[in-house]
Amino acid sequence: MATPARKPPHVVMPGPIEWLRENLFSSWGNGALTISAGLVAWWTIVPLVQWAFIDAAWVGTDREACLPYANGACWPFITQRIGQIVYGSYDAAERWRVDIAFAILAGALVWLTVPGLPAKRSAGTAMLTLYPLVAFVLLVGGFGLEHVPTEKWGGLLMTLVVAITGIVASLPFGILLALGRRSELPVVKTLSVVFIEFWRGVPLVTVLFMAAYMLPLFLPGGLSVDKLLGALIAVALFSSAYMAEVVRGGLQAIPKGQYEAAQAMGLGYWQATAFVILPQALRLSLPNIVGNFIGLLKDTSLVSIIGLFDLLNIVQVGTANADWATPNTAFTGYAFAGALFWLMCYSMSRYAKYLEGVLGAGERR
Amino acid sequence: MPRANSIPWWRTRRMRDVLFQVALLLGVMLLIAAMVNNAAETLQRQKIASGFAFLDHTAGFDIVQALVAYNEASTYGRVLLVGILNTLLVAFIGIVITTIIGFAIGIGQLSKNWLIARLCRVYVETLRNIPLLLQIFFWYFAVLRALPGPRESWGLFDTVFLNNRGLYLPGPEAQAGFGFVVAAFAAGVMASILLAIRARAVREATGRVMPVDAMAAALIILPPAVASAVAGFPLHFSIPALSGLNFDGGLVVLPEFMALVAALSTYTASYIAEAVRAGIEGVAKGQTEAASALGLTRGQMLRLVVVPQAMRQIIPPLTSQYLNLTKNSSLAVAIAYPDLVSVFAGTSLNQTGQAIEIIAITMAVYLTISLTTSAFMNWYNARIALTER
Repeated sequence: MATPARKPPHVVMPGPIEWLRENLFSSWGNGALTISAGLVAWWTIVPLVQWAFIDAAWVGTDREACLPYANGACWPFITQRIGQIVYGSYDAAERWRVDIAFAILAGALVWLTVPGLPAKRSAGTAMLTLYPLVAFVLLVGGFGLEHVPTEKWGGLLMTLVVAITGIVASLPFGILLALGRRSELPVVKTLSVVFIEFWRGVPLVTVLFMAAYMLPLFLPGGLSVDKLLGALIAVALFSSAYMAEVVRGGLQAIPKGQYEAAQAMGLGYWQATAFVILPQALRLSLPNIVGNFIGLLKDTSLVSIIGLFDLLNIVQVGTANADWATPNTAFTGYAFAGALFWLMCYSMSRYAKYLEGVLGAGERR
Repeated sequence: MPRANSIPWWRTRRMRDVLFQVALLLGVMLLIAAMVNNAAETLQRQKIASGFAFLDHTAGFDIVQALVAYNEASTYGRVLLVGILNTLLVAFIGIVITTIIGFAIGIGQLSKNWLIARLCRVYVETLRNIPLLLQIFFWYFAVLRALPGPRESWGLFDTVFLNNRGLYLPGPEAQAGFGFVVAAFAAGVMASILLAIRARAVREATGRVMPVDAMAAALIILPPAVASAVAGFPLHFSIPALSGLNFDGGLVVLPEFMALVAALSTYTASYIAEAVRAGIEGVAKGQTEAASALGLTRGQMLRLVVVPQAMRQIIPPLTSQYLNLTKNSSLAVAIAYPDLVSVFAGTSLNQTGQAIEIIAITMAVYLTISLTTSAFMNWYNARIALTER
């Protein structure tokens, strides 16, 4: 018996009026809600646009340029200080080195995130192993490059250095801790649990205080620690605990059959972990690792509390500068820093969302 | 007879595990011993006495907000207590406000109204992608600084005033006999709890439902009201009033406190909103369909079917957000709100130089809060876990 060809259902696209009625004015109450929400949006967006663009001062070299624009942003505050905001007090003649480090990073990010480009795995490995070394030499100096002490680092450079070092260092530690927490060996398990829960239980501010005041005491012979290095150690310890929990989530999602199959093939613990379990677990954890990185990037702003000049601190110090004292300087500074952070974090969170979709594709039917 | 190629005893799996763990333990202990040794040497060289004796020494500095009696002659131990209480105060008020905002935005994200859903989404995506410290700075240095001075304060009914020095509220002042009111209130709360337990037992045994809510409300409101009337209304309020350049009387809420609470609660709310949304979306569609098939109204369906199941998914992330808010309140140090980190790990550490002791105590306080909360979480999760049959 021949089945009649099934016709696709007839879909009526709603017209704009119908869409409005359906989504905004389905009832009197809903209509009132729409109008009040619309007013809230209007009263937020219009003044914001006016302040940031229409009524704003755009050119000038000091506060005099901004004072006439009483109800608008003072953009010269940003444009005049952009060098500081990006590099801190890094020697102007050496800033090309920072540019190269930034450029490699940007190129690698494009390479890794744009779908379809080849050799992603090698590129990723190079970024996790080779890049930190190259960036270290570029930024600190050596091999014929002039030494630039870390006290001169600042701004966006400082923010990225802390965040990226934190994430790169926390990856191996986090993996080991996650494996340790799932280990059957009681000592390994206990040590991992204590380590993870300790760092997750205290605020990052106290960890940074610890790095600033306690770390020098623990080193032999009262060795003084570079302030930035102390902060990096603190951030790495702190974020490896969080990384461990993310990786553990991935490990828990691997079906038991995978472990059993690896054992049946005669693989030992480390072989099974390295070749069968971890590749799958890390793939599953990738969206959450990106999420972790977003959190870390935001948290880097706390290094200002122990006196490092990250992006936020540079802006903050600038707003207190008498040369730029206008009623709008603080708002302008925070708006700029906020927009920059928002752009970085939001794009990463979109990417994590996209990864979730791609990685989940094999699981869905 | 032993097999010729059997594994030697020191290479059996069991032995290897034991040896590895012993080595690991030794390594960790050596590391700790080296650190302790170095610290002891350094302290000796710098002539810093270690130990907790400094807690009994006079601190000698003032704290702008203290919930317990405190003055410059108080000890560092007292500073610690003041700091802990100030941290808990910010955390408690912040948690109350963030819960309200978070649930409103979270439910709003699922609204059928396109504009409301969009606006709530924008709120979440904006606030959670900007560092908290920046938001604290924004509230403190930009918004609150832009408020008018004391003489041009914004007033409400001439009892509440807001200016760039703080928020001035009527201050409650307990008179003699107020203890009775408190006691009556406590008795009312206790009685309501007992009533709820009893009502539950009755309901499970007989199916009869008692009007617990109304009875509990009566029990909590009436006894204190009666006690208050009998004692001659022993609670007075001092109203803030402008005298000279500033306000006098009443209760002052510091601008640092307001900025911190505003930033913490709006920021954390963006995470809570996501948890609420996920929790509600996580309730299986069949549940709502079954509820409407049973003839429940929309209100009943939400109250009796959707919310109880959604809460099961919402509470774990909610608790961890409460914990995050508490830990994040340590950013107070950036705007000098006198919290635990600011007055103890900050000022006290700088004055005494007792870095190890002070940081250890500070961390221990936060750890205690964290571990207590996670213990509660585990208990709660076990309690509400689905009992499948």
